[in-house]
Amino acid sequence: MSKHVLLIEDEPNIIEAISFILSREGLSVETHSDGTTANDKLRGANPDLLILDVMLPGKSGYDILRELRADPLTAELPVLMLTARGQTRDREMAEREGVSAFMSKPFANSEMLDMVRSLLNGAPKEA
Amino acid sequence: MLNTLVAVCIAYALFLFAIAFAAERIAAHGQARWLRSPAVYTLSLSIYCTAWTFYGAVGSAVRTGFEYLAIYLGPSLVLIGWWWILRKLVRIGRSQRITSVADLVSSRYGKSNLLAVGVTILAVIGTTPYIALQLQSVTLSFEAFSAGQVILGEEKGHTALWVAAGLALFTVIFGTRNLDANERHNGVVMAIAVEAVVKLFALLAVGVFVVWGLGGGLSETLARIDASDLGHWRIDGGRWAGVMLLSAAAFLCLPRIFQVLVVENDNETHLRTASWAFPLYLGLMSLFVVPIAVIGLDLLPAGSNPDLFVLTLPLSQGQGELAVLSFLGGFSSATSMVIVAAIALSTMVSNHVVMPLWLRFAEPGATVSGDVRGVVLLARRLSIIGVVMLGYLYYRLSGGGEALATIGFVSFAGVAQVLPAMLGGIFWRGASKAGAFTGLILGFVVWNYTLFLPSFGPGVLMPESWFLGGPLGIGFLRPQAMFGLTDMDPLLHAFFWSMSVNTGGFIIVSLLSFPQPLERLQGAQFVNVFEHSTGPRSWTGNVAQSEDLMIMAQRILGARDAQDLFEREAERQGGRGPLPDVTPQFLETLERELAGSVGAATAHAMVGQIVGGMSVSVEDLMAVADETAQMMEYSARLEAQSQELARTAAQLREANTKLTRLSVQKDAFLSQISHELRTPMTSIRAFSEILRDTAGLSAEEKTKYASIIHDEAIRLTRLLDDLLDLSVLENGQVNLNLRQGLLSDVLDRAVAAAAADEAGRRLDIRRDRAAEQIVLHTDLDRLSQVFINLIANARKYCDAPQPRLEIRVRAGTRLAIDFTDNGSGVAAEAQDVIFEKFSRVSDQKAGGAGLGLAICRQIVTRLGGDITYVPGRGGASFRVSLPAELAIAAQ
Repeated sequence: MSKHVLLIEDEPNIIEAISFILSREGLSVETHSDGTTANDKLRGANPDLLILDVMLPGKSGYDILRELRADPLTAELPVLMLTARGQTRDREMAEREGVSAFMSKPFANSEMLDMVRSLLNGAPKEA
Repeated sequence: MLNTLVAVCIAYALFLFAIAFAAERIAAHGQARWLRSPAVYTLSLSIYCTAWTFYGAVGSAVRTGFEYLAIYLGPSLVLIGWWWILRKLVRIGRSQRITSVADLVSSRYGKSNLLAVGVTILAVIGTTPYIALQLQSVTLSFEAFSAGQVILGEEKGHTALWVAAGLALFTVIFGTRNLDANERHNGVVMAIAVEAVVKLFALLAVGVFVVWGLGGGLSETLARIDASDLGHWRIDGGRWAGVMLLSAAAFLCLPRIFQVLVVENDNETHLRTASWAFPLYLGLMSLFVVPIAVIGLDLLPAGSNPDLFVLTLPLSQGQGELAVLSFLGGFSSATSMVIVAAIALSTMVSNHVVMPLWLRFAEPGATVSGDVRGVVLLARRLSIIGVVMLGYLYYRLSGGGEALATIGFVSFAGVAQVLPAMLGGIFWRGASKAGAFTGLILGFVVWNYTLFLPSFGPGVLMPESWFLGGPLGIGFLRPQAMFGLTDMDPLLHAFFWSMSVNTGGFIIVSLLSFPQPLERLQGAQFVNVFEHSTGPRSWTGNVAQSEDLMIMAQRILGARDAQDLFEREAERQGGRGPLPDVTPQFLETLERELAGSVGAATAHAMVGQIVGGMSVSVEDLMAVADETAQMMEYSARLEAQSQELARTAAQLREANTKLTRLSVQKDAFLSQISHELRTPMTSIRAFSEILRDTAGLSAEEKTKYASIIHDEAIRLTRLLDDLLDLSVLENGQVNLNLRQGLLSDVLDRAVAAAAADEAGRRLDIRRDRAAEQIVLHTDLDRLSQVFINLIANARKYCDAPQPRLEIRVRAGTRLAIDFTDNGSGVAAEAQDVIFEKFSRVSDQKAGGAGLGLAICRQIVTRLGGDITYVPGRGGASFRVSLPAELAIAAQ
């Protein structure tokens, strides 16, 4: 059975790129682009991995992360965070909220794949 | 004859009672204006002329020629030449609510009660013989009427006793009507003024009778004067000057003079009148002294007492009525002196001796229940009776003999000991309590030793051997020839030594000692009374309870006055309740009010008991003690500066707030610009890697991914263009391409470019084409860029269900083009920053990088106009206004 990945991202071209890359690896990818409804979507989708953008319309990625960590159902879920604002402050904030891995945009496709694989195998690794 | 005289006396006394009573009534009805006229004030000063001067001036003229003039000249000099000293005294007396000489000295030197007690004792000792002298003169004048009838010693005593009792009664009734000793005793003052008139009239009447009735006219009398011994100027110049100085000093220090001069004064300007009117009065009083003396010596049998010529001369000529008038003059002189002296002394005794003792022993002090007013009044009444009776006792014990005749000067010299402390206190900031005390004690001791005790005669209170050889045979300590000053007149000798030792001790100890804080404060208050007439800030408030103070104040001032005072103060403070807050200022006011009733030292002690110890902070000292005027000016300047600083600070805070907000915006922008740049780059990188690394992509996919890369590259370029555009505009390097065109055309182009988004959703735009027919001469492309931006913003940010934009054009002094949408508008706090670059209305609403409006503003400014946000239009509303010169209305 293929692993299930939920991608929350508002930029259509990036959604398309990540979906393409992960699908070719045999993962099933579901996407969502609104911050305010992200947590509802998450509970319904029940993914093996969440890829989360920081700057989303309606709600920031940090808020979404904090809420999902507070929920016992998703507290242990591996979360890979993407941000286009690669400042260290953003990384620190993400770590404080309990992120599993953190990547700045733009990224190399191969790096993204490696990261996703290792997270799905239960070995979080910092990029 | 005697019985008639007694009847006249009683009638006169009743007359005085009636006058005093009427004056009180009038004052109580608030019609006391004429009671407080300068004339009454001046006349009241005439208590300086006692029976001693009324009768004694003639006697003095007989014995020592013109010396009596010196006694009148001294005070005249004070009033004319030292007018400014008196003015200062009066001002201090009023601002500090001084009740007596003792109170003045005590208040000046840190409200020290010890000093007050010292001065009080000195005043009592100095005044008692003087009161005895008055009683004696009244008795002697009775005796004169009963020529032939021998008045036995016992009867003499009776006369004096009756007079003393009557005076005590009068004084108790009219001298203690109001507790506030600082208030005027209208009845007493009026009675004294009337008595002043009576004695002047009496003396003038006798004088006129003597010159024209007995002397045979003016020239005849003058000739007789020339012929007599008196015509020869046989005056010891030194003694003359000494006596003048002595009486000047005494005039300032005598408790009764101080009472009418300072305490009873209620208008400083009265001094101006008194400064010429009182010397005039004294001149009139002395006018007929010499004629009476000369004619008296001629007509009366040898051995007659010259001290009674004023009386015996008319009597011997069978002028009974004139003699009675003369008697009344003397009687007036005696009674007014005793009355005022008794009031002044009783105030001192009750305020500085009785009240402090009562306060100490009546546990637990001022807060016990019961009316203190009763205690104070009783103390004052008993003091009056005590003082008068002391005078009577002195008269009885001294035997009423010749010893009393000299007592006038002795008394003068005694009270003059207060002078150094008094004058030093009001003119010298460095004067200290220790100095004042030292001076007083030394002066008192020397006065006692050289004048007072010897005045009773050798062998009475002082062994005769001391006079001749000094105590224990120490020659240079002989009481009337100290340190070898053998040839000096005993009076001047005593005056010289006591004042020298007094002043010397005062100055030296003042210089050596350091005044306590309160002394320094009061010193500044006294010395600089004209600069600041407010009290010293010596209380630190907020410890005391208003209620306690109220209870105490009621008991001293009376319930109504106290309530009035408290209400007034509460109102002045801003009036939140019936009781004022216990501020230092309030405590000072209260203390001054109380001081008017019980004296400064006692008032200070009473307030101190409730407030829990007074304290003078260093700041208070600094504020008052050191050149207050300068400090005040300086502080006014400081205040102005600090207000200016506050304004500047407010402006800076505002600017800082704006800067902080901008800085936050800028940080946000840097994140934003990073995001805006990285986002297209992410797509570009991801798809280019896919194209490079992925085998077997369909042609369709390849095309699609390549076009994504292409679009994102364009997006990046546009962003960079915006940034560069803004940078160029900001640096003023832009070149305007000025052309002529119709405003409607420019708007058409802008609407075409911006009204629809990529998805084809159109914004509903309302325009009034007729109003747009305006020819512009400007950079039409740049203007169009502004319009596009505004329209695109409305499309992107208008949150109404049916977004609508209205474009209205108004031509006036300026051309205004308003873009108003029907959304929720821009939040008030954001309105002043939306035109700043990097500013975005919110993080959530995706869109540009926050450069659009900043660019618009730069462009419009370049075109000579401005762009503003118009608040209160419902939706977001932007106005582009352009100078009218650019617009030429078409047709």
